[in-house]
Amino acid sequence: MNMLSRKAMDRLFTFFCIASTALAIIPLGSMLYTIFVKGFSVISIDFLTKLPTPAREAGGGFGNAIQGSFIVVGIASIIGIPLGIGAGMYLAEFPNSRLSRIVSFTADVLTGVPSIITGIFAYLLIVLRFGGFSALAGGVALATMMIPFIVRTTEEAMKLVPAELREASLALGAPRWKTSLAVVLSTARFGIITGVLLTIARIAGETAPLLFTAFNNRFWFDGVMNPVATLPVMIYTYAISPFEDWHAQAWGSALVLVAMILVLNIGIKLAAGRRW
Amino acid sequence: MKLRVPSFSILNGKSWKFTHDTLFQIFLGVISIISVIVLAALLLRELIKGSWPALSTFGLEFLFSTAWNPVTGEFGALPFIYGTIVSSMLALLIGVPLSLGIAVYLTEIASSRVRAILSPVVELLAAIPSVIIGLWGIFVLAPFVREHLAPPLMNYLGFLPLFKGPAYGYSVLTAGLVLAIMIIPIISSVSREAILAVPSLQKEGALALGATRFETIISVVLPYAKGAIFGAVMLGLGRAIGETMAVTMVIGNNPQIFTSLLHPGYTMAAVIANEFTEATDDVYLAALIEIGLVLFAISMVVNIIARVITWKYLKLEEGLS
Repeated sequence: MNMLSRKAMDRLFTFFCIASTALAIIPLGSMLYTIFVKGFSVISIDFLTKLPTPAREAGGGFGNAIQGSFIVVGIASIIGIPLGIGAGMYLAEFPNSRLSRIVSFTADVLTGVPSIITGIFAYLLIVLRFGGFSALAGGVALATMMIPFIVRTTEEAMKLVPAELREASLALGAPRWKTSLAVVLSTARFGIITGVLLTIARIAGETAPLLFTAFNNRFWFDGVMNPVATLPVMIYTYAISPFEDWHAQAWGSALVLVAMILVLNIGIKLAAGRRW
Repeated sequence: MKLRVPSFSILNGKSWKFTHDTLFQIFLGVISIISVIVLAALLLRELIKGSWPALSTFGLEFLFSTAWNPVTGEFGALPFIYGTIVSSMLALLIGVPLSLGIAVYLTEIASSRVRAILSPVVELLAAIPSVIIGLWGIFVLAPFVREHLAPPLMNYLGFLPLFKGPAYGYSVLTAGLVLAIMIIPIISSVSREAILAVPSLQKEGALALGATRFETIISVVLPYAKGAIFGAVMLGLGRAIGETMAVTMVIGNNPQIFTSLLHPGYTMAAVIANEFTEATDDVYLAALIEIGLVLFAISMVVNIIARVITWKYLKLEEGLS
Protein backbone atom coordinates (compact mmCIF):
# COMPACT_ATOMS: atom_id res chain seq x y z
CA MET A 1 0.00 0.00 0.00
CA ASN A 2 1.33 3.42 -0.77
CA MET A 3 1.62 6.17 1.77
CA LEU A 4 -1.39 8.09 0.46
CA SER A 5 -3.91 5.32 0.90
CA ARG A 6 -2.46 4.42 4.29
CA LYS A 7 -2.99 8.00 5.35
CA ALA A 8 -6.50 7.91 3.93
CA MET A 9 -7.24 4.72 5.83
CA ASP A 10 -6.03 6.40 8.99
CA ARG A 11 -8.29 9.39 8.38
CA LEU A 12 -11.23 7.15 7.66
CA PHE A 13 -10.64 5.27 10.89
CA THR A 14 -10.40 8.46 12.92
CA PHE A 15 -13.64 9.58 11.32
CA PHE A 16 -15.28 6.25 12.22
CA CYS A 17 -14.24 6.63 15.87
CA ILE A 18 -15.56 10.18 16.10
CA ALA A 19 -18.77 9.19 14.33
CA SER A 20 -19.33 6.28 16.76
CA THR A 21 -18.99 8.59 19.71
CA ALA A 22 -21.41 11.04 18.13
CA LEU A 23 -23.86 8.22 17.36
CA ALA A 24 -23.87 7.14 21.00
CA ILE A 25 -24.43 10.67 22.25
CA ILE A 26 -27.26 11.52 19.83
CA PRO A 27 -29.82 9.15 21.47
CA LEU A 28 -28.87 10.46 24.92
CA GLY A 29 -29.30 14.04 23.75
CA SER A 30 -32.58 13.19 22.06
CA MET A 31 -33.86 11.48 25.22
CA LEU A 32 -32.95 14.32 27.55
CA TYR A 33 -34.29 16.92 25.11
CA THR A 34 -37.63 15.14 24.58
CA ILE A 35 -38.09 14.48 28.28
CA PHE A 36 -37.42 18.10 29.10
CA VAL A 37 -39.58 19.58 26.34
CA LYS A 38 -42.53 17.25 26.78
CA GLY A 39 -42.25 16.90 30.52
CA PHE A 40 -41.67 20.46 31.62
CA SER A 41 -45.10 21.77 30.62
CA VAL A 42 -46.82 19.02 32.59
CA ILE A 43 -45.06 19.64 35.87
CA SER A 44 -46.85 21.72 38.44
CA ILE A 45 -47.40 21.71 42.17
CA ASP A 46 -50.61 19.73 41.62
CA PHE A 47 -48.78 17.21 39.48
CA LEU A 48 -46.27 16.56 42.23
CA THR A 49 -48.76 16.38 45.09
CA LYS A 50 -52.15 15.14 43.84
CA LEU A 51 -53.57 11.70 43.13
CA PRO A 52 -53.95 10.57 39.50
CA THR A 53 -57.27 11.19 37.75
CA PRO A 54 -59.00 8.93 35.21
CA ALA A 55 -57.99 9.38 31.57
CA ARG A 56 -59.36 12.48 29.78
CA GLU A 57 -60.01 14.18 33.08
CA ALA A 58 -57.93 17.27 33.60
CA GLY A 59 -55.68 17.78 36.60
CA GLY A 60 -54.41 15.10 38.86
CA GLY A 61 -50.86 14.09 39.52
CA PHE A 62 -48.32 11.55 40.49
CA GLY A 63 -48.00 12.41 44.17
CA ASN A 64 -48.74 8.87 45.29
CA ALA A 65 -46.19 7.41 42.86
CA ILE A 66 -43.46 9.72 44.11
CA GLN A 67 -44.34 8.82 47.70
CA GLY A 68 -44.50 5.12 46.80
CA SER A 69 -41.12 5.16 45.10
CA PHE A 70 -39.53 6.60 48.22
CA ILE A 71 -41.23 3.95 50.37
CA VAL A 72 -40.28 0.97 48.21
CA VAL A 73 -36.69 2.16 47.78
CA GLY A 74 -36.65 2.81 51.55
CA ILE A 75 -37.76 -0.75 52.33
CA ALA A 76 -35.13 -2.10 49.92
CA SER A 77 -32.48 0.04 51.61
CA ILE A 78 -33.44 -1.11 55.10
CA ILE A 79 -33.03 -4.73 54.00
CA GLY A 80 -30.20 -4.36 51.52
CA ILE A 81 -27.78 -1.84 53.01
CA PRO A 82 -26.91 -3.60 56.32
CA LEU A 83 -26.70 -7.03 54.67
CA GLY A 84 -24.65 -5.73 51.77
CA ILE A 85 -22.24 -3.74 53.93
CA GLY A 86 -21.80 -6.68 56.33
CA ALA A 87 -20.95 -9.08 53.53
CA GLY A 88 -18.67 -6.50 51.89
CA MET A 89 -16.82 -6.04 55.19
CA TYR A 90 -16.38 -9.78 55.47
CA LEU A 91 -14.88 -9.95 51.97
CA ALA A 92 -12.51 -7.07 52.70
CA GLU A 93 -11.47 -8.25 56.18
CA PHE A 94 -11.15 -11.99 55.59
CA PRO A 95 -10.27 -12.22 51.90
CA ASN A 96 -8.44 -15.50 52.10
CA SER A 97 -11.05 -17.70 53.68
CA ARG A 98 -12.85 -20.24 51.55
CA LEU A 99 -16.19 -18.66 52.45
CA SER A 100 -14.90 -15.36 51.12
CA ARG A 101 -14.14 -16.81 47.72
CA ILE A 102 -17.56 -18.44 47.50
CA VAL A 103 -19.36 -15.28 48.63
CA SER A 104 -17.32 -13.15 46.24
CA PHE A 105 -18.10 -15.35 43.25
CA THR A 106 -21.78 -15.65 44.15
CA ALA A 107 -22.10 -11.89 44.60
CA ASP A 108 -20.62 -11.40 41.14
CA VAL A 109 -23.02 -13.90 39.66
CA LEU A 110 -25.93 -12.15 41.40
CA THR A 111 -25.04 -8.80 39.82
CA GLY A 112 -25.88 -10.41 36.49
CA VAL A 113 -29.37 -11.61 37.46
CA PRO A 114 -31.88 -9.99 35.08
CA SER A 115 -34.08 -7.52 36.92
CA ILE A 116 -37.29 -9.27 35.90
CA ILE A 117 -36.05 -12.43 37.65
CA THR A 118 -35.79 -10.62 40.97
CA GLY A 119 -39.44 -9.69 40.44
CA ILE A 120 -40.44 -13.34 39.94
CA PHE A 121 -38.40 -14.23 43.02
CA ALA A 122 -40.12 -11.69 45.26
CA TYR A 123 -43.48 -12.71 43.80
CA LEU A 124 -42.93 -16.36 44.73
CA LEU A 125 -41.35 -15.56 48.07
CA ILE A 126 -43.61 -12.78 49.35
CA VAL A 127 -46.68 -12.22 47.17
CA LEU A 128 -47.72 -15.89 47.00
CA ARG A 129 -47.00 -16.52 50.68
CA PHE A 130 -48.69 -13.41 52.04
CA GLY A 131 -51.57 -13.39 49.63
CA GLY A 132 -51.20 -10.23 47.61
CA PHE A 133 -49.11 -7.60 45.92
CA SER A 134 -47.36 -5.44 48.47
CA ALA A 135 -44.85 -2.66 49.00
CA LEU A 136 -42.84 -5.18 51.01
CA ALA A 137 -42.57 -7.55 48.02
CA GLY A 138 -41.37 -4.63 45.87
CA GLY A 139 -38.79 -3.75 48.50
CA VAL A 140 -37.56 -7.34 48.65
CA ALA A 141 -37.22 -7.47 44.85
CA LEU A 142 -35.19 -4.25 44.81
CA ALA A 143 -33.11 -5.36 47.79
CA THR A 144 -32.19 -8.52 45.85
CA MET A 145 -30.80 -6.30 43.11
CA MET A 146 -29.15 -3.97 45.57
CA ILE A 147 -27.20 -6.39 47.78
CA PRO A 148 -24.55 -7.62 45.32
CA PHE A 149 -23.71 -4.06 44.26
CA ILE A 150 -23.34 -2.87 47.85
CA VAL A 151 -21.22 -5.91 48.70
CA ARG A 152 -18.85 -5.03 45.86
CA THR A 153 -18.58 -1.30 46.51
CA THR A 154 -18.12 -1.81 50.27
CA GLU A 155 -15.37 -4.34 49.67
CA GLU A 156 -13.65 -2.05 47.18
CA ALA A 157 -13.89 0.99 49.45
CA MET A 158 -12.45 -0.91 52.40
CA LYS A 159 -9.64 -2.39 50.34
CA LEU A 160 -8.61 1.13 49.34
CA VAL A 161 -7.72 1.91 52.96
CA PRO A 162 -3.90 1.83 53.22
CA ALA A 163 -2.57 -1.26 54.97
CA GLU A 164 -0.35 0.98 57.12
CA LEU A 165 -3.39 2.38 58.91
CA ARG A 166 -4.58 -1.09 59.80
CA GLU A 167 -1.09 -2.18 60.83
CA ALA A 168 -0.61 0.91 62.97
CA SER A 169 -3.82 0.18 64.80
CA LEU A 170 -2.93 -3.48 65.34
CA ALA A 171 0.57 -2.47 66.47
CA LEU A 172 -0.99 -0.23 69.08
CA GLY A 173 -2.63 -3.32 70.47
CA ALA A 174 -6.15 -2.76 69.21
CA PRO A 175 -7.97 -6.02 68.54
CA ARG A 176 -8.89 -6.86 65.02
CA TRP A 177 -12.61 -6.16 65.34
CA LYS A 178 -11.90 -2.73 66.76
CA THR A 179 -9.40 -2.03 63.99
CA SER A 180 -11.97 -3.08 61.39
CA LEU A 181 -14.71 -0.89 62.78
CA ALA A 182 -12.90 2.14 64.14
CA VAL A 183 -10.09 2.42 61.61
CA VAL A 184 -10.87 0.64 58.35
CA LEU A 185 -14.64 1.10 58.21
CA SER A 186 -14.51 4.69 59.34
CA THR A 187 -11.76 5.57 56.86
CA ALA A 188 -13.75 3.91 54.09
CA ARG A 189 -17.09 5.43 55.04
CA PHE A 190 -17.07 8.05 52.30
CA GLY A 191 -16.50 5.43 49.64
CA ILE A 192 -19.16 3.18 51.13
CA ILE A 193 -21.73 5.98 51.26
CA THR A 194 -20.91 6.86 47.66
CA GLY A 195 -21.45 3.25 46.62
CA VAL A 196 -24.72 3.00 48.52
CA LEU A 197 -26.09 6.22 47.00
CA LEU A 198 -25.11 5.17 43.49
CA THR A 199 -26.82 1.84 44.05
CA ILE A 200 -29.96 3.64 45.22
CA ALA A 201 -29.83 5.83 42.10
CA ARG A 202 -29.57 2.68 40.04
CA ILE A 203 -32.50 0.80 41.59
CA ALA A 204 -34.80 3.80 41.95
CA GLY A 205 -35.52 3.62 38.22
CA GLU A 206 -36.09 -0.13 38.09
CA THR A 207 -39.49 -1.13 36.77
CA ALA A 208 -39.38 -4.83 35.98
CA PRO A 209 -38.94 -6.02 39.59
CA LEU A 210 -41.97 -3.98 40.68
CA LEU A 211 -44.51 -4.96 38.00
CA PHE A 212 -45.90 -7.91 39.90
CA THR A 213 -44.60 -7.23 43.39
CA ALA A 214 -45.44 -3.65 44.41
CA PHE A 215 -47.91 -3.64 41.49
CA ASN A 216 -49.75 -0.33 41.27
CA ASN A 217 -52.30 1.70 43.18
CA ARG A 218 -54.27 4.78 42.29
CA PHE A 219 -54.38 5.96 45.90
CA TRP A 220 -51.94 6.95 48.59
CA PHE A 221 -49.69 4.47 50.36
CA ASP A 222 -51.74 2.26 52.65
CA GLY A 223 -49.40 0.01 54.63
CA VAL A 224 -46.49 -2.17 53.58
CA MET A 225 -48.70 -5.21 52.94
CA ASN A 226 -50.74 -3.41 50.28
CA PRO A 227 -49.90 -2.62 46.66
CA VAL A 228 -48.31 0.76 46.11
CA ALA A 229 -47.77 3.03 43.11
CA THR A 230 -44.19 3.82 42.06
CA LEU A 231 -42.87 6.28 39.50
CA PRO A 232 -41.33 3.72 37.09
CA VAL A 233 -44.40 1.46 37.02
CA MET A 234 -46.66 4.50 36.60
CA ILE A 235 -44.55 5.73 33.68
CA TYR A 236 -44.78 2.30 32.06
CA THR A 237 -48.55 2.01 32.56
CA TYR A 238 -49.16 5.49 31.21
CA ALA A 239 -46.72 5.14 28.30
CA ILE A 240 -48.40 2.00 26.90
CA SER A 241 -51.93 3.34 27.47
CA PRO A 242 -53.93 4.61 24.48
CA PHE A 243 -54.65 8.03 26.02
CA GLU A 244 -52.92 11.21 24.86
CA ASP A 245 -53.15 12.96 28.23
CA TRP A 246 -51.67 9.93 29.97
CA HIS A 247 -48.75 10.03 27.54
CA ALA A 248 -48.17 13.65 28.49
CA GLN A 249 -48.22 12.73 32.18
CA ALA A 250 -45.80 9.87 31.50
CA TRP A 251 -43.34 12.43 30.13
CA GLY A 252 -43.89 14.65 33.14
CA SER A 253 -43.09 11.87 35.58
CA ALA A 254 -40.18 10.75 33.41
CA LEU A 255 -38.75 14.24 33.90
CA VAL A 256 -39.21 13.92 37.68
CA LEU A 257 -37.57 10.49 37.79
CA VAL A 258 -34.66 11.36 35.49
CA ALA A 259 -34.03 14.61 37.32
CA MET A 260 -33.88 12.82 40.67
CA ILE A 261 -31.60 10.07 39.37
CA LEU A 262 -29.27 12.38 37.45
CA VAL A 263 -28.97 14.85 40.32
CA LEU A 264 -28.11 11.98 42.66
CA ASN A 265 -25.68 10.48 40.16
CA ILE A 266 -23.87 13.61 39.07
CA GLY A 267 -23.91 15.03 42.60
CA ILE A 268 -22.24 11.95 44.03
CA LYS A 269 -19.67 11.81 41.27
CA LEU A 270 -18.79 15.47 41.72
CA ALA A 271 -18.62 15.07 45.49
CA ALA A 272 -16.46 11.98 45.20
CA GLY A 273 -14.25 13.81 42.73
CA ARG A 274 -13.63 10.65 40.79
CA ARG A 275 -15.35 8.13 38.63
CA TRP A 276 -16.84 5.16 40.41
CA MET B 1 6.76 -5.46 52.51
CA LYS B 2 3.76 -7.16 53.95
CA LEU B 3 3.27 -7.53 57.65
CA ARG B 4 1.90 -10.82 58.91
CA VAL B 5 -1.21 -10.08 60.85
CA PRO B 6 -1.87 -12.65 63.57
CA SER B 7 -4.75 -14.75 62.36
CA PHE B 8 -7.67 -15.65 64.53
CA SER B 9 -9.51 -17.28 61.69
CA ILE B 10 -11.69 -20.13 62.84
CA LEU B 11 -11.23 -21.78 59.48
CA ASN B 12 -7.49 -22.25 59.57
CA GLY B 13 -6.57 -21.62 63.19
CA LYS B 14 -5.29 -24.80 64.80
CA SER B 15 -5.81 -23.94 68.43
CA TRP B 16 -8.30 -21.15 68.48
CA LYS B 17 -9.34 -19.14 71.44
CA PHE B 18 -12.84 -17.75 71.60
CA THR B 19 -12.14 -14.05 71.44
CA HIS B 20 -14.08 -11.00 70.36
CA ASP B 21 -12.29 -11.32 67.07
CA THR B 22 -13.66 -14.79 66.50
CA LEU B 23 -17.10 -13.48 67.33
CA PHE B 24 -16.58 -10.61 64.88
CA GLN B 25 -15.60 -12.97 62.11
CA ILE B 26 -18.51 -15.30 62.80
CA PHE B 27 -20.92 -12.36 62.85
CA LEU B 28 -19.75 -10.98 59.49
CA GLY B 29 -19.52 -14.50 58.07
CA VAL B 30 -23.13 -15.20 58.98
CA ILE B 31 -24.25 -11.91 57.44
CA SER B 32 -22.42 -12.67 54.22
CA ILE B 33 -23.88 -16.18 54.10
CA ILE B 34 -27.40 -14.80 54.57
CA SER B 35 -27.11 -11.88 52.20
CA VAL B 36 -25.36 -13.63 49.35
CA ILE B 37 -25.38 -17.41 49.53
CA VAL B 38 -28.81 -17.94 51.10
CA LEU B 39 -30.20 -15.33 48.72
CA ALA B 40 -28.78 -17.08 45.67
CA ALA B 41 -29.93 -20.51 46.89
CA LEU B 42 -33.39 -19.20 47.68
CA LEU B 43 -33.61 -17.57 44.26
CA LEU B 44 -32.77 -20.83 42.51
CA ARG B 45 -35.07 -22.88 44.75
CA GLU B 46 -38.06 -20.59 44.24
CA LEU B 47 -37.57 -20.48 40.47
CA ILE B 48 -37.35 -24.27 40.19
CA LYS B 49 -40.23 -24.83 42.58
CA GLY B 50 -42.36 -22.21 40.85
CA SER B 51 -41.79 -23.62 37.40
CA TRP B 52 -42.19 -27.24 38.48
CA PRO B 53 -45.79 -27.68 37.21
CA ALA B 54 -44.63 -26.62 33.74
CA LEU B 55 -41.33 -28.49 33.91
CA SER B 56 -43.09 -31.74 34.73
CA THR B 57 -45.92 -31.25 32.22
CA PHE B 58 -43.98 -30.19 29.13
CA GLY B 59 -40.47 -31.47 29.76
CA LEU B 60 -37.79 -30.54 27.25
CA GLU B 61 -40.34 -30.00 24.53
CA PHE B 62 -41.10 -26.65 26.17
CA LEU B 63 -37.87 -25.25 24.79
CA PHE B 64 -38.53 -26.31 21.20
CA SER B 65 -42.23 -25.75 20.80
CA THR B 66 -43.48 -22.65 19.05
CA ALA B 67 -47.04 -22.91 20.31
CA TRP B 68 -48.02 -20.21 22.80
CA ASN B 69 -51.70 -20.37 23.44
CA PRO B 70 -52.73 -19.80 27.04
CA VAL B 71 -56.40 -20.44 26.19
CA THR B 72 -55.80 -24.00 24.98
CA GLY B 73 -53.03 -24.56 27.49
CA GLU B 74 -50.23 -24.93 24.93
CA PHE B 75 -46.92 -23.44 25.97
CA GLY B 76 -43.66 -23.36 24.06
CA ALA B 77 -40.79 -21.02 24.70
CA LEU B 78 -39.12 -21.06 21.29
CA PRO B 79 -40.53 -17.76 19.95
CA PHE B 80 -39.24 -15.98 23.05
CA ILE B 81 -35.85 -17.67 23.08
CA TYR B 82 -35.56 -16.84 19.37
CA GLY B 83 -36.55 -13.21 19.96
CA THR B 84 -34.09 -12.82 22.81
CA ILE B 85 -31.25 -14.29 20.76
CA VAL B 86 -32.00 -12.29 17.60
CA SER B 87 -32.49 -8.96 19.38
CA SER B 88 -29.35 -9.45 21.50
CA MET B 89 -27.26 -10.43 18.48
CA LEU B 90 -28.56 -7.42 16.59
CA ALA B 91 -27.62 -5.26 19.57
CA LEU B 92 -24.09 -6.67 19.55
CA LEU B 93 -23.81 -6.24 15.80
CA ILE B 94 -24.65 -2.55 16.10
CA GLY B 95 -23.25 -1.87 19.55
CA VAL B 96 -19.85 -3.57 19.48
CA PRO B 97 -18.28 -1.65 16.54
CA LEU B 98 -19.63 1.62 17.93
CA SER B 99 -18.36 0.82 21.43
CA LEU B 100 -14.92 -0.01 20.09
CA GLY B 101 -14.91 3.20 18.08
CA ILE B 102 -15.82 5.12 21.23
CA ALA B 103 -13.20 3.32 23.29
CA VAL B 104 -10.47 4.03 20.74
CA TYR B 105 -11.60 7.63 20.33
CA LEU B 106 -11.62 8.30 24.07
CA THR B 107 -8.28 6.61 24.76
CA GLU B 108 -6.18 7.25 21.66
CA ILE B 109 -7.62 10.17 19.71
CA ALA B 110 -9.48 12.68 21.87
CA SER B 111 -7.58 15.39 23.71
CA SER B 112 -7.66 15.09 27.48
CA ARG B 113 -10.16 17.95 27.73
CA VAL B 114 -12.58 16.37 25.27
CA ARG B 115 -12.14 13.05 27.06
CA ALA B 116 -12.94 14.60 30.43
CA ILE B 117 -16.23 15.91 29.04
CA LEU B 118 -17.28 13.00 26.85
CA SER B 119 -16.51 9.99 29.03
CA PRO B 120 -18.99 10.95 31.77
CA VAL B 121 -21.54 11.75 29.06
CA VAL B 122 -21.29 8.26 27.55
CA GLU B 123 -21.53 6.78 31.02
CA LEU B 124 -24.58 8.91 31.78
CA LEU B 125 -26.41 6.76 29.25
CA ALA B 126 -26.05 3.86 31.69
CA ALA B 127 -27.81 5.84 34.42
CA ILE B 128 -31.01 6.41 32.42
CA PRO B 129 -33.67 3.95 33.66
CA SER B 130 -34.78 1.35 31.20
CA VAL B 131 -38.43 2.44 31.34
CA ILE B 132 -37.40 5.96 30.25
CA ILE B 133 -35.45 4.56 27.31
CA GLY B 134 -38.59 2.56 26.51
CA LEU B 135 -40.74 5.69 26.68
CA TRP B 136 -38.36 7.42 24.27
CA GLY B 137 -38.39 4.26 22.16
CA ILE B 138 -42.18 4.31 21.82
CA PHE B 139 -42.56 7.97 20.94
CA VAL B 140 -39.30 8.85 19.20
CA LEU B 141 -37.36 5.82 17.99
CA ALA B 142 -40.22 3.57 16.80
CA PRO B 143 -41.75 6.30 14.57
CA PHE B 144 -38.24 7.10 13.29
CA VAL B 145 -37.65 3.45 12.40
CA ARG B 146 -41.04 3.17 10.70
CA GLU B 147 -40.70 6.32 8.64
CA HIS B 148 -37.01 6.89 8.04
CA LEU B 149 -35.03 3.73 8.69
CA ALA B 150 -37.21 0.86 7.48
CA PRO B 151 -38.20 2.28 4.05
CA PRO B 152 -34.62 2.58 2.74
CA LEU B 153 -33.74 -0.83 4.22
CA MET B 154 -36.72 -2.32 2.38
CA ASN B 155 -35.84 -0.50 -0.83
CA TYR B 156 -32.20 -1.46 -1.00
CA LEU B 157 -32.03 -4.70 0.98
CA GLY B 158 -35.62 -5.86 0.59
CA PHE B 159 -34.45 -8.87 -1.45
CA LEU B 160 -33.11 -10.30 1.82
CA PRO B 161 -35.71 -12.05 3.95
CA LEU B 162 -34.35 -10.06 6.91
CA PHE B 163 -35.68 -6.79 5.54
CA LYS B 164 -38.96 -7.82 4.03
CA GLY B 165 -41.84 -5.42 4.55
CA PRO B 166 -44.25 -4.26 5.60
CA ALA B 167 -42.41 -2.23 8.20
CA TYR B 168 -43.72 -1.83 11.71
CA GLY B 169 -42.37 0.71 14.17
CA TYR B 170 -42.54 -1.83 16.95
CA SER B 171 -40.12 -4.42 15.66
CA VAL B 172 -37.14 -6.60 16.42
CA LEU B 173 -35.01 -3.98 14.67
CA THR B 174 -36.21 -1.24 17.03
CA ALA B 175 -35.56 -3.52 20.01
CA GLY B 176 -32.06 -4.24 18.70
CA LEU B 177 -31.38 -0.52 18.39
CA VAL B 178 -32.62 0.18 21.91
CA LEU B 179 -30.50 -2.64 23.28
CA ALA B 180 -27.46 -1.39 21.35
CA ILE B 181 -27.89 2.01 23.00
CA MET B 182 -28.13 0.33 26.39
CA ILE B 183 -25.05 -1.88 26.08
CA ILE B 184 -22.74 0.76 24.60
CA PRO B 185 -21.76 2.29 27.99
CA ILE B 186 -20.66 -1.00 29.54
CA ILE B 187 -18.85 -2.36 26.47
CA SER B 188 -17.10 0.91 25.73
CA SER B 189 -15.99 1.51 29.32
CA VAL B 190 -14.56 -1.99 29.82
CA SER B 191 -12.92 -1.83 26.36
CA ARG B 192 -11.35 1.48 27.35
CA GLU B 193 -9.82 -0.18 30.40
CA ALA B 194 -8.57 -2.94 28.11
CA ILE B 195 -6.99 -0.50 25.68
CA LEU B 196 -5.44 1.51 28.52
CA ALA B 197 -3.87 -1.70 29.81
CA VAL B 198 -1.86 -2.11 26.58
CA PRO B 199 1.77 -1.23 27.43
CA SER B 200 2.71 2.03 25.74
CA LEU B 201 6.06 0.53 24.68
CA GLN B 202 4.17 -1.77 22.35
CA LYS B 203 2.34 1.13 20.76
CA GLU B 204 5.45 3.29 20.56
CA GLY B 205 7.28 0.42 18.91
CA ALA B 206 4.70 0.20 16.16
CA LEU B 207 4.60 3.97 15.69
CA ALA B 208 8.41 4.11 15.57
CA LEU B 209 8.37 1.53 12.79
CA GLY B 210 6.30 3.97 10.77
CA ALA B 211 2.84 2.53 11.34
CA THR B 212 -0.06 4.97 11.17
CA ARG B 213 -2.37 5.28 14.16
CA PHE B 214 -4.89 3.03 12.44
CA GLU B 215 -2.25 0.37 11.78
CA THR B 216 -0.98 0.59 15.34
CA ILE B 217 -4.45 0.08 16.73
CA ILE B 218 -5.35 -2.76 14.38
CA SER B 219 -2.04 -4.62 14.58
CA VAL B 220 -0.89 -3.92 18.16
CA VAL B 221 -3.55 -2.50 20.44
CA LEU B 222 -6.60 -4.57 19.53
CA PRO B 223 -4.76 -7.93 19.39
CA TYR B 224 -3.27 -7.21 22.80
CA ALA B 225 -6.61 -6.18 24.29
CA LYS B 226 -8.82 -8.69 22.48
CA GLY B 227 -9.28 -11.03 25.45
CA ALA B 228 -10.58 -8.30 27.72
CA ILE B 229 -12.66 -6.83 24.89
CA PHE B 230 -14.28 -10.21 24.43
CA GLY B 231 -15.11 -10.14 28.13
CA ALA B 232 -16.62 -6.69 27.67
CA VAL B 233 -18.77 -7.96 24.81
CA MET B 234 -20.00 -10.85 26.96
CA LEU B 235 -20.92 -8.38 29.73
CA GLY B 236 -22.90 -6.41 27.17
CA LEU B 237 -24.56 -9.58 25.90
CA GLY B 238 -25.54 -10.56 29.43
CA ARG B 239 -27.16 -7.21 29.87
CA ALA B 240 -28.96 -7.36 26.52
CA ILE B 241 -30.39 -10.80 27.23
CA GLY B 242 -31.86 -9.77 30.57
CA GLU B 243 -33.08 -6.32 29.58
CA THR B 244 -36.81 -6.12 30.09
CA MET B 245 -38.68 -2.84 30.05
CA ALA B 246 -37.22 -0.99 27.08
CA VAL B 247 -37.55 -4.09 24.91
CA THR B 248 -41.08 -4.87 26.08
CA MET B 249 -42.10 -1.36 25.10
CA VAL B 250 -40.76 -1.42 21.54
CA ILE B 251 -40.57 -5.01 20.26
CA GLY B 252 -44.29 -5.33 19.50
CA ASN B 253 -44.90 -8.41 21.68
CA ASN B 254 -45.94 -10.94 19.07
CA PRO B 255 -45.26 -14.59 19.96
CA GLN B 256 -44.54 -15.63 16.37
CA ILE B 257 -41.25 -16.22 14.64
CA PHE B 258 -40.68 -13.94 11.65
CA THR B 259 -37.48 -13.85 9.66
CA SER B 260 -37.92 -10.17 8.95
CA LEU B 261 -36.34 -7.83 11.48
CA LEU B 262 -38.96 -5.25 10.56
CA HIS B 263 -41.72 -7.40 12.06
CA PRO B 264 -42.72 -7.47 15.71
CA GLY B 265 -41.27 -10.15 17.97
CA TYR B 266 -41.14 -11.10 21.62
CA THR B 267 -38.41 -11.86 24.15
CA MET B 268 -38.28 -14.05 27.25
CA ALA B 269 -38.06 -11.08 29.59
CA ALA B 270 -40.84 -9.23 27.72
CA VAL B 271 -43.35 -12.09 27.88
CA ILE B 272 -42.82 -12.39 31.63
CA ALA B 273 -43.26 -8.64 32.12
CA ASN B 274 -46.38 -8.57 29.97
CA GLU B 275 -48.29 -11.67 30.90
CA PHE B 276 -47.32 -12.44 34.49
CA THR B 277 -50.19 -10.60 36.10
CA GLU B 278 -52.63 -11.98 33.52
CA ALA B 279 -51.62 -15.59 34.11
CA THR B 280 -54.78 -16.91 35.70
CA ASP B 281 -54.20 -20.65 35.87
CA ASP B 282 -51.30 -22.42 37.51
CA VAL B 283 -49.78 -23.98 34.41
CA TYR B 284 -49.71 -20.63 32.61
CA LEU B 285 -47.95 -19.01 35.56
CA ALA B 286 -45.55 -21.95 35.86
CA ALA B 287 -44.77 -21.72 32.14
CA LEU B 288 -43.85 -18.05 32.57
CA ILE B 289 -41.70 -18.87 35.58
CA GLU B 290 -40.00 -21.61 33.57
CA ILE B 291 -39.20 -19.04 30.89
CA GLY B 292 -37.71 -17.03 33.75
CA LEU B 293 -35.65 -20.05 34.78
CA VAL B 294 -34.34 -20.48 31.22
CA LEU B 295 -33.55 -16.76 31.03
CA PHE B 296 -31.81 -16.97 34.40
CA ALA B 297 -29.73 -19.96 33.29
CA ILE B 298 -28.69 -18.35 29.99
CA SER B 299 -27.75 -15.04 31.55
CA MET B 300 -25.85 -16.76 34.37
CA VAL B 301 -23.74 -18.70 31.86
CA VAL B 302 -23.02 -15.57 29.83
CA ASN B 303 -22.23 -13.53 32.94
CA ILE B 304 -19.95 -16.13 34.48
CA ILE B 305 -17.97 -16.35 31.23
CA ALA B 306 -17.80 -12.55 31.13
CA ARG B 307 -16.63 -12.30 34.76
CA VAL B 308 -13.99 -14.99 34.40
CA ILE B 309 -12.59 -13.35 31.26
CA THR B 310 -12.59 -9.78 32.52
CA TRP B 311 -11.11 -10.89 35.83
CA LYS B 312 -8.39 -12.77 34.08
CA TYR B 313 -7.40 -9.90 31.82
CA LEU B 314 -8.22 -6.82 33.82
CA LYS B 315 -8.52 -7.86 37.45
CA LEU B 316 -11.65 -5.78 37.49
CA GLU B 317 -13.57 -6.21 40.67
CA GLU B 318 -15.90 -3.26 40.72
CA GLY B 319 -19.58 -3.83 40.12
CA LEU B 320 -19.65 -3.37 36.40
CA SER B 321 -22.85 -4.77 35.05
